[in-house]
Amino acid sequence: MYYFGDPTIWLPFVFAGLMGASILIYVVLDGFDLGVGVLFPFANDDEKDRMIASIGPFWDANETWLVLAVGLLLVAFPSAHGAILTALYLPVAIMLIGLILRGVAFEFRAKAPAPHKRLWNNAFFAGSLMTSLSQGFMLGMYVMGLEWTWLNFAFALLTAVFLTVGYSFIGATWVIHKTSAALQIKAVDWAKGGIWGLILGIGAVSLATPFVSTRIFDKWFSWPEALYLVPLPILSALLVYWLWAMLRKMPYPEDRRSWQPFAAATALWVMAFGGMAYSFYPYVVPEQITIYEAASAPESLFIILIGTCVVLPTIMAYTVMSYFIFRGKATELRYD
Amino acid sequence: MELETLLLSRIQFAANISFHILFPTITIALGWVLLFFKLRYNRTGEERWMEAYRFWVKIFALSFAMGVVSGITMSFQFGTNWPGFMEKVGNIAGPLLAYEIMTAFFLEAVFLGIMLFGFSRVPNWVHTMATFLVAFGTLMSAFWIIVLNSWMHTPQGFEMIDGVAHATDWSAIIFNPSMPYRFTHMVLASFLTVSFLIAGISAFRWLIGGKTEGVRVALKTAIVAAALLIPVQILVGDFHGLNTKEYQPAKVAAMEGNWETGTGVPLILFAIPDEEARENKFEIGIPKLASFILTHDWNGEVKGLNDFVTDDGEVLHPRVSPVFWSFRVMVGTGLLMLLVSWTATYMIMRRKRGVEGLPKPMLYALVGMSFSGWLATLAGWYTTEIGRQPWLVHGVMSTKEAVADVPAPLVLSTLIAYLVVYAALLAAYIFVIFYLARKAAKGESIGTRIAPTPAAAPRPMPAE
Repeated sequence: MYYFGDPTIWLPFVFAGLMGASILIYVVLDGFDLGVGVLFPFANDDEKDRMIASIGPFWDANETWLVLAVGLLLVAFPSAHGAILTALYLPVAIMLIGLILRGVAFEFRAKAPAPHKRLWNNAFFAGSLMTSLSQGFMLGMYVMGLEWTWLNFAFALLTAVFLTVGYSFIGATWVIHKTSAALQIKAVDWAKGGIWGLILGIGAVSLATPFVSTRIFDKWFSWPEALYLVPLPILSALLVYWLWAMLRKMPYPEDRRSWQPFAAATALWVMAFGGMAYSFYPYVVPEQITIYEAASAPESLFIILIGTCVVLPTIMAYTVMSYFIFRGKATELRYD
Repeated sequence: MELETLLLSRIQFAANISFHILFPTITIALGWVLLFFKLRYNRTGEERWMEAYRFWVKIFALSFAMGVVSGITMSFQFGTNWPGFMEKVGNIAGPLLAYEIMTAFFLEAVFLGIMLFGFSRVPNWVHTMATFLVAFGTLMSAFWIIVLNSWMHTPQGFEMIDGVAHATDWSAIIFNPSMPYRFTHMVLASFLTVSFLIAGISAFRWLIGGKTEGVRVALKTAIVAAALLIPVQILVGDFHGLNTKEYQPAKVAAMEGNWETGTGVPLILFAIPDEEARENKFEIGIPKLASFILTHDWNGEVKGLNDFVTDDGEVLHPRVSPVFWSFRVMVGTGLLMLLVSWTATYMIMRRKRGVEGLPKPMLYALVGMSFSGWLATLAGWYTTEIGRQPWLVHGVMSTKEAVADVPAPLVLSTLIAYLVVYAALLAAYIFVIFYLARKAAKGESIGTRIAPTPAAAPRPMPAE
């Protein structure tokens, strides 16, 4: 336990990293299937079926990353878990009800009598929208330090919209990859229409964070750190440019490059998330509780870590396997 | 104000966990039943096993989705409403929950996709393997959750440092005294729930004319399984009760409605416990039987509720009526299950008439018992969980210590929202199960998950 120096230092750091990774994987993976739900009203009935088919085998596992992320927060930083979730009581409840609605709608819309299908389609859209909006709202409140003031509330409303549009963007890039013909062309339009949400969302959070605390401001704008950080915004800008150039010419003949918008969108998320993580470290509750103060006892963290080292690679492996088995364009999902 | 928050938070947690447990109770056992169907198919090549598999895998998928989404809600409830719990015992609860998520939740969630939609995409053995892994994952999930729950009833293997629990012995924590009993009791409850569900829905299909080979094997398998399991369950329940008497005597006293410590205590069949007067009204009992069941001695001493009131009047036992009544509902349902499953088995076995030997009233009785497992399981959980009060972790922390300081109206508003959603979903769930059964009985295909689309768009094949 003392192999790598003081365990009260490195264990919280490792767990913050694991939790961050889980959140990042969650926003990318569930981001695309939430986005598909948000895009639902723009599709006709046939297209809806195909969009569902493109996420059907994955959504269960995608949402499990949220359980892991909140689970790690719960087990590794119990006091922060309480502080964050009680402050966000209402948006959390709305998100949960949204997740419930969309999760069960997957099953019900396929099994209920045909006249009810419309109702479950609506439930799927409403649930996805509620989930996305409340997650965006929570992001905004978190960035602003979890204080319920009017200014923060307004900012959180803004991020709620941006994140939802951002999710619809990554959802559209997933549909581009997993479908073809008319729906694919439609999805290219959706992606072009949604990219601004991502840009404005990243922009708003990036601009707001340095002004919330001088500590974060200094982290970004002091010499020489600023020099090391310059590649982050530049790379992001290049990615956006590349995405836009690509989307304008899509779809390419023989479906070439159909996976690239999704990959580029993922890369953008990764960078935005990296920037945020850099800003907030070492705090888990912004400007109030650091990961070192909130961490569980080292012996408990250590026993979780042992399991994590074995299990996480396994989870990764069979997640990749599942995506491989269901690779290619979404055909109809059959039970047999 | 604070009291209202506590009460509302408790009701909300109870509503969430009651709704949640309905679905794992089905999936824990149904996964293994599906594996059984699949293995029979692999071995015999008979289409009827696959027919049963295809129908029940849909119910499984539906139940699984309900379980996942309500389970996510549970993981957030700790933080939004009960932050004190993780702050005080997080060092123990945390790793157990983490292992549940990592070893079980992911396993189920990922392989479920292959189990549901992979039959034509992967080799047969991979599909069988996926079915096994999903069933195994569900059982593992139950294991870790029961470990944590049992530890809250019979905590050990830890020390308190500055008011926070620290683990000292993980094997003592995992194999705490009530865990083996509770786990066995719950897994059997799940198998019984599924047996009666399969029997009930199959009887329904049989009654409305869907007399296929798949229905026949499912009905027979379920009835025989129920008949075999119910006596085992009653025996395990008895052992579980003895274990509770040793570690949580106040709970047993409430289950029995026994106020005064005494010898030769009667087994009370019916009574209306009066919490104010601390006595039973309209008591009907069998003399000395409670002493005999609990101590195996007609004159054995059994502790009464009055022993759990401190000198300054603090009550350290649960409210009696809910525990007393939940326990009777559970036992009553169990006895009814025994009666129905044994009678039905006798009818099947008699002159080897098989499913044809079941008369209409018996089929109707089976349909009526479709969800009896839910009733017994919920009643059992209410008995044990309300019976733990006023403790959250027995002897370590009280429930009111853990509750979040959220304004009562806020808790009330989310509670109402949850209740509305849950009621609607429960109605939809039961409706859809019977709808699928009717559809299957008419011989309509329920094989595809989405409607087959006409050639509106050229359908590309997966890039193989």
